[in-house]
Amino acid sequence: MVPLSYYLVLSGILFACGVLGFLIKRNIITIFMSIELMLNGVNLSFVAFAAHWHAVSGQVFVFFVMVVAAAEAAVGLAIIIAVYRTRETLNVDQVNLLKL
Amino acid sequence: MAGAINLLVQSHPINSALSLIVVMGSLAAEYLLLGAEFLAAIQVIVYAGAIMVLFVITIMLLNAGKEERTQGSRIATLLGIPGVLIGAVLVVWTLVGRSSTTHSVSIGALWGAPKTIARLLFHDFLLPFEVTSVLILIAILGAVVLASPPDAVARGARKDEG
Repeated sequence: MVPLSYYLVLSGILFACGVLGFLIKRNIITIFMSIELMLNGVNLSFVAFAAHWHAVSGQVFVFFVMVVAAAEAAVGLAIIIAVYRTRETLNVDQVNLLKL
Repeated sequence: MAGAINLLVQSHPINSALSLIVVMGSLAAEYLLLGAEFLAAIQVIVYAGAIMVLFVITIMLLNAGKEERTQGSRIATLLGIPGVLIGAVLVVWTLVGRSSTTHSVSIGALWGAPKTIARLLFHDFLLPFEVTSVLILIAILGAVVLASPPDAVARGARKDEG
């Protein structure tokens, strides 16, 4: 018997950690991982609400979020590789031009 | 949660990635507690398996080292931490204000079984499901094009013309 609010608080904390990492980290890969962390926080709240309302559609939605996250990770990491190949750096402060 | 904080504290990306795996694993356990056994399995396979392998391979491929601090990152730290704390407190305050209880499901009495999800997925959500397959296909093509060396892409284009 765990209150719903505990799950929501945990998901809020995960999301906040993701936002924080997104803001303070300077390594592009770590920023990407922070985005994944945010997605996971939202997923947790989806599952918690699905359990609370006994509606499986919430879980289906989490499934879609995971699919989109997987696609996003593949494309994003490809972009990171392309950026690294042209600029030889992973620091977002040094990536300030769209075109070299 | 400790894993999430560790992700922020670590300055080396590989350590962040490993702590992110810890977060994924504990979230899978959390899903099991909430009765979503299918999602727990998917979480382990897709997130902790596939996505994290992609991350770790990229980190090793790009030989990512310690990140260095710059002027911009210090400003972001100064402004970011209070802002995020305020945001988190707001969210938590809003959610806890509407407190209610949910039952923790005992293993074996699961209602998030693959059968239920599959019925929903292939009946009510059939169109989104098909659209996701197209999305995945586009993502594969995009990843291949972006990650391949520029001259290889140009050679492929020339081959198409000729």
